[in-house]
Amino acid sequence: MTGGGRGHGRGGDGSCGCGPGEGGCGSAAPAAAGEAAAGAGAAGAVVARCTALMQDLRLGSVRAWKERTGGLAVGYMPVYVPREVLHAQGVLPVGIAGGGEMEIIRGDAYYQSYICHIPRSTVELGLDGSLDCLDGMLFPAICDVIRNLSGMWKMLFPGKLVRYMDVPQDFDPSMGGVFWRHEIRSLAEDLAARGARPLEDGALRDSIRAYNANRRRIRDLMELRRREPWKVPTHELYVVLRAGLVLPVEEHTALLDEYREAALADPDRRPLDQARVVVTGSFCEQPPLGLIKTLERAGCYIVDDDFVQVHRWLKGDVREDGDPVENLVRAFLEDSIAHPTRWIDRDRKGEELVARVRESRAEGVLFCAASFCDPALLDQPMIVAAVERAGIPWTGFKFSENTGQFQVIREQAGTFADSIKLWTGAQA
Amino acid sequence: MSEAQVRKDRSQERQKQMIAEHYRRLARCGETGEKNVYTYVPGNLTELMRSFHALPVLPEINALQSGMRGKSRDYIAAAERDGHSEDVCTYVKCDIGMKRSGNVGPTGERLPDPDLLLLSYTGCFTFLKWFELLREEYDCPVVMLHVPYQGDGVITDAMRKYVVDQLREKVIPALEKATGRAYDEDLLRENLARSAKAEDDLVWVLQSARNRPSPIDAYFGGVYYIGPIFSAFRGTEDAVLYYRELREEIEERLRLGKGPVTPDGDMGEERFRVVVEGPPNWTSFREFWKMFSDEGAVVVASTYTKVGGTYDLGFRHDPSRPLETLAEYCMGCYTNLNLPSRVDLLARYVEEYAADGLLVNSVKSCNSFSAGQLLMLREVEKRTGKPAGFIESDLVDPRYFSAANIKNRLESWFQMIEQKRSGGGGR
Repeated sequence: MTGGGRGHGRGGDGSCGCGPGEGGCGSAAPAAAGEAAAGAGAAGAVVARCTALMQDLRLGSVRAWKERTGGLAVGYMPVYVPREVLHAQGVLPVGIAGGGEMEIIRGDAYYQSYICHIPRSTVELGLDGSLDCLDGMLFPAICDVIRNLSGMWKMLFPGKLVRYMDVPQDFDPSMGGVFWRHEIRSLAEDLAARGARPLEDGALRDSIRAYNANRRRIRDLMELRRREPWKVPTHELYVVLRAGLVLPVEEHTALLDEYREAALADPDRRPLDQARVVVTGSFCEQPPLGLIKTLERAGCYIVDDDFVQVHRWLKGDVREDGDPVENLVRAFLEDSIAHPTRWIDRDRKGEELVARVRESRAEGVLFCAASFCDPALLDQPMIVAAVERAGIPWTGFKFSENTGQFQVIREQAGTFADSIKLWTGAQA
Repeated sequence: MSEAQVRKDRSQERQKQMIAEHYRRLARCGETGEKNVYTYVPGNLTELMRSFHALPVLPEINALQSGMRGKSRDYIAAAERDGHSEDVCTYVKCDIGMKRSGNVGPTGERLPDPDLLLLSYTGCFTFLKWFELLREEYDCPVVMLHVPYQGDGVITDAMRKYVVDQLREKVIPALEKATGRAYDEDLLRENLARSAKAEDDLVWVLQSARNRPSPIDAYFGGVYYIGPIFSAFRGTEDAVLYYRELREEIEERLRLGKGPVTPDGDMGEERFRVVVEGPPNWTSFREFWKMFSDEGAVVVASTYTKVGGTYDLGFRHDPSRPLETLAEYCMGCYTNLNLPSRVDLLARYVEEYAADGLLVNSVKSCNSFSAGQLLMLREVEKRTGKPAGFIESDLVDPRYFSAANIKNRLESWFQMIEQKRSGGGGR
């Protein structure tokens, strides 16, 4: 069997179909049937708006928000920060997910060749003034590269608020919980010192409500994608989630509603004979949009993934009554996802991914890690072992946020999708 | 043979015997019932472990020993064949490969399986993944000690309390369970007092490099000097004796106006005094060292010799505050310092040790060290006005040691230093 996937033979002119700025897929594959339809109509208009927000590396919407409100805007790196705290203090949290396919001119001079791409594009964005609208940056504890970037940011941008967010690796409320509570309080004090409103319980409860509403919409969309992935293709859902990194949460929630309604109303979104896969490993540096499209065109329905995980780090709602800081702490300790950047104390590595595969009725796993990503790549042998124990087919490849050629990945994913379909058929 | 030579041989011989005896005891754990605990060099809690009569096993030390003994290439290949990425830390892959090849330690005897994995998560994210991987290999308990990073360059009360609470509520109970012994704080205090004595002498030895000529090489020689205190022996009487003897030897070299010992014996004229940032390469350690000593270059201060403790910044283990002092020790290790603090330290070394420049040996395996080093280099150069050099290698993967390339870069850098001295170079 040759690679190339289930997108083959579906007609089209052989062009890659990627839009401007998405990167060429390098595949000569036609767009998957349904993709063009999915991109049209009201849902297409929402997706186009979100794509523009994602690709605006100079953060025009954030600048406009600051002009309109006079508030502070603070950036944060993947994966998780307690955005509710910033929101409650009138600060706009702005997720920074690297520079995508932007040309790197100065950022490369700060990093050796064996370090991943996201810090170099982030430095580039800082140095070229794209992030000058941000009053500060938060660097959560996810790996040594992002950790050290916090120190670099202190040296490069001495006037800005820079905080390393040392999330606890101890999940006992009396230890890690006390520590995390202190970190949250200390963050709030730093923000207040920069002119933000002091953190008050009432405002924080309101913010928790706003983010709970947003998380519920996202969970609903994820569920819809698991059920009917043709209605919510991942290349759309991804940019809709990316828009949430720069928009105020209330606006993003409204946008999620708009997208869902439009996607459900679109009669042209019909099922195809694609393989259902979970894509895992891309939680920090994000793959190019062209790569996500390539996987779909190669015959995969992505029914679960790790993209833009800040929206999904907390699995359920945060309690809205009582002590709101304590509620955020408890949510982090007791209801966050099993993640490569977290110490997994009790469960066996990979169990959560296997459960996600089962819940999403996926037929296989695509390990899709950024090159030189320590958390993902060190995790991978253990997760692969768990997936193999569960008898789930898998394949893997690496990417960089500025990867421009997807031919090899398309062939690999296509072959994988084909083999799943053949294998599933043989078992039937 | 001179008296000094006899003394030198005595400290070296003592270290050799200490290590050999340690590995002998480890190999006999199955028969003797002695317990062992796997942990890491940065943030190691040796005094605490030994207060439970447990023997420490340091996977990084095993990996670097494998590198020096020419074993790491095969071990890494074995791990990569089993699905470990070529992109990640080679210490980890070397350790996994060694385990799957029989877990034979540096003395040729098999290492025991751990009775406890004590994950002191200090200054290196990979540590966390490494012990998750080892947990898959061994059927044994694991205890995690999360050591907060000095993101703002300080240790706060909240950070200290967090670590102390974990020591009291998690680590000590886990050690009690693994060893079957009760926590003995008096014994811990005794161990800590011995640590402080050894630390005094180690600092004296490291700071002897302020003299001209320096009687020591604080990087290539330094890795031998830190051996006992960074590994299994902090808090032991053997360590106290070793460092006392070592200090006497260096005092003697100083009195005689001698430079450091090199792979070819005593060093000749001291032509360059340099500060080095980053770990050494272990697979071609001697060849690497000779690239310096052949040029008359002496490393007068290094950051690698601070990964297991920044004693020269004044920290000493304090027996009067046993758990607090362990917490502060962990948080003060070099790779737990933020980048501005690391730059401050490097600039201070260049000034205080009258160095001619800073060299960064950037190792592929270690993002904790390497990410940000190019900015650090420029900052130190800007502050001190001294030329900085940059080379790349790896810890234990011989595929990433390009001798010709490194030698070329070093020679160019030494030429830059000379030009700078003679007023040229335009820096």
